[in-house]
Amino acid sequence: MSTVELLGKQEYKYGFVTDIESDVIPRGLTEDTIRLIVAKKNEPEWMLEFRLKAYRHWLTMTEPKHWPNISYPEINYQDVIYYSAPKRKATKASLDEVDPELLRTFEKLGIPLTEQKQLAGVAVDAVFDSVSVATTYKEKLKKHGVIFCSFTEAIREYPDLVRKYLGSVVPTNDNFFAALNSAVFSDGSFCFIPRGVRCPMELSTYFRINNSESGQFERTLIIAEEGAYVSYLEGCTAPKFDKNQLHAAVVELVALDDAQIKYSTVQNWYAGDEKGVGGIYNFVTKRGKCAGRNSKISWTQVETGSAITWKYPSCILQGDNSIGEFYSVALTNHAQQADTGTKMIHLGKNTRSTIISKGIAAGKSNNSYRGLVKVMPKAENSRNYTQCDSMLIGSNSGANTFPYIEVMNNTSSVEHEASTSKISEEQLFYLQQRGISQEDAVSLIINGFCKDVFLQLPMEFAVEAQRLLGMKLEGSVG
Amino acid sequence: MLEIKDLHAGIDGNEILKGINLTVKKGEIHAIMGPNGSGKSTLAKVLAGHPAYQVTKGEILYEGKNLLAMAPDERAREGVFMAFQYPIEVPGVSNAQFLRLAYNEKRKHLGEEELDPLEFKDLLKERAKVVEMDASFMTRSVNEGFSGGEKKRNEILQMAVLEPKLAVLDETDSGLDIDALRIVAGGINQLHSPENAVILVTHYQRLLDYVVPQYVHVLANGRIAKEGGKELALELEQKGYDWLKTTATETSGATVRAS
Ligand SMILES: Nc1ncnc2c1ncn2[C@@H]1O[C@H](COP(=O)(O)OP(=O)(O)O)[C@@H](O)[C@H]1O
Ligand SMILES: [Mg+2]
Repeated sequence: MSTVELLGKQEYKYGFVTDIESDVIPRGLTEDTIRLIVAKKNEPEWMLEFRLKAYRHWLTMTEPKHWPNISYPEINYQDVIYYSAPKRKATKASLDEVDPELLRTFEKLGIPLTEQKQLAGVAVDAVFDSVSVATTYKEKLKKHGVIFCSFTEAIREYPDLVRKYLGSVVPTNDNFFAALNSAVFSDGSFCFIPRGVRCPMELSTYFRINNSESGQFERTLIIAEEGAYVSYLEGCTAPKFDKNQLHAAVVELVALDDAQIKYSTVQNWYAGDEKGVGGIYNFVTKRGKCAGRNSKISWTQVETGSAITWKYPSCILQGDNSIGEFYSVALTNHAQQADTGTKMIHLGKNTRSTIISKGIAAGKSNNSYRGLVKVMPKAENSRNYTQCDSMLIGSNSGANTFPYIEVMNNTSSVEHEASTSKISEEQLFYLQQRGISQEDAVSLIINGFCKDVFLQLPMEFAVEAQRLLGMKLEGSVG
Repeated sequence: MLEIKDLHAGIDGNEILKGINLTVKKGEIHAIMGPNGSGKSTLAKVLAGHPAYQVTKGEILYEGKNLLAMAPDERAREGVFMAFQYPIEVPGVSNAQFLRLAYNEKRKHLGEEELDPLEFKDLLKERAKVVEMDASFMTRSVNEGFSGGEKKRNEILQMAVLEPKLAVLDETDSGLDIDALRIVAGGINQLHSPENAVILVTHYQRLLDYVVPQYVHVLANGRIAKEGGKELALELEQKGYDWLKTTATETSGATVRAS
């Protein structure tokens, strides 16, 4: 009926499948599966113990199906393939040895990995299904004492660091999906910024799910020692499949005294089609610990993909004067469901947290913000400010906010603001009357709505995020 | 430039405009006056293509083309501009960003190069002088937190940037103090040229002291009840609109050409 509808639907341009031979283990999960993964990865005994402990916990846990505002058919965990890796030479001494098909895949995704074409100023760890296939700028970073490598390599080369911090922020028994991840995670990224070092470039991991039958269970661990600073970016895409793929990641951040970690995500997993067929189930546990005084952790996320998003990047503000921030844009369209937010746990004195959440729901989608602000008795003089805005597009979408606030001392303050709005016909008409097309007008209004969050993103990411929102909303107003 | 023929339009089945005829030529200034609720804003919005209004009869030709077949943004790019009686706020979008996007849409339409933010900044600085607007307004969100008068001035700034061929200014004078009125009127006069046309929709005659129309049309109850030159505005000022209400029906359907 409207011009917008005639434009049709923008294709998900990352929906292609790479034809590559993979080393795949049989479906299902038992202790033997874990032993097999450990054997394939040549991991030490302590990793096997870590995994088995997690697995045994997981068996006693139940999936969190009731409290999140999401619904999906039963997941058969015995039907998932827990390890799928592209076949390749035993070790890749240099990028030149990476399978050209994989290089082509990442180049197509806008992440060139070869020396000549690498992105300037950003080091990339490229993860394909279960394994990291390449990490750029490793040597350059090493000169600054920064370790940036795949998790597999970290276990092999830096076992002491990994043992010290793995599971220190998200314990293996933290929740159902974290336990599952701890049992079977196959790879991911490891970053270590030593004392006093400001990481000279952005670090990033690009996650790609290619196999329709396998889940992706990756692990990220970032440690910033005293006075260190790092900005880390995460991007994700997957092919279009009719089946749902499970993605259950765990991200742990540790910031020591005066350290700062800025973690940004632009999540664009395949979201399923208009009717809700296919797409990624994104069940992710992300948590940062401000372990030291005056430390700071900022989460910025732009969530546009996945059939289901279940994700609460959180901060444990343990060090006195530490700061936690959460800036989020979550956009859902068609049949997508998102239940996302954050937890700010104030333990130290004078701790501060800021939560800015922008939820946009279009189509028949459902978008919930869920946030916990907890100020413990000893966290005197702590402050939280939360602003939670929702925007509805069309009349079949839903937005909810579930703020939970617990303050256990009387010197702290918590402030919460919330709003719900709609893109009005008058607003659209005003912009159109100035010569701006309806789609561009919607983009402009949405980008304005999300401005406070986009301002937190590194420049190139902000541009990408704006483009992505415009694309995702095409055809949703009319 | 513009030819409105027997235009009937309304909203949700209620007819508001009941047969409007109006011709505007290049270089002309027309004033449309009339009591509250007579359909002035409706006429302006129908010209701009507001989706809530349905045209049930009649036609509008703009530069010989069927205006009603064009989408609102297309009309804008073709040079139709409407200054809103109640300008809309767009949170989080800076005035400069919005204006550059609009300006570049027009340039693209004309097959010209788009301006980058720096080039545009210079242009905007120049055009802002027309309405004596401070640079601080350019970085603020569109109309957000603007006073009534500032919003109206911002409308004329947009006109100055977009340089429309046909500008329909809906009650741009209302809510302005005398100084602001002078500035806005001065801006309109600067922007008016033999190549474009202006339709001033106004309730009061005071704007017309500064921007002098050649033709005045008085709308009552969805019809043009009376037409004349500039003197008609003064006459209305003295007599008010009440006396028209009875004559409105008498002149209905009469085809009036303003020139
Ligand atoms: N969106 C609308 N919904 C219902 N009635 C409307 C709407 N817009 C205008 N009207 C009605 O149409 C008539 C003309 O309104 P309008 O064009 O705004 O008059 P004016 O600008 O001359 O004051 C009024 O009776 C008004 O109530
Ligand atoms: Mg009006």
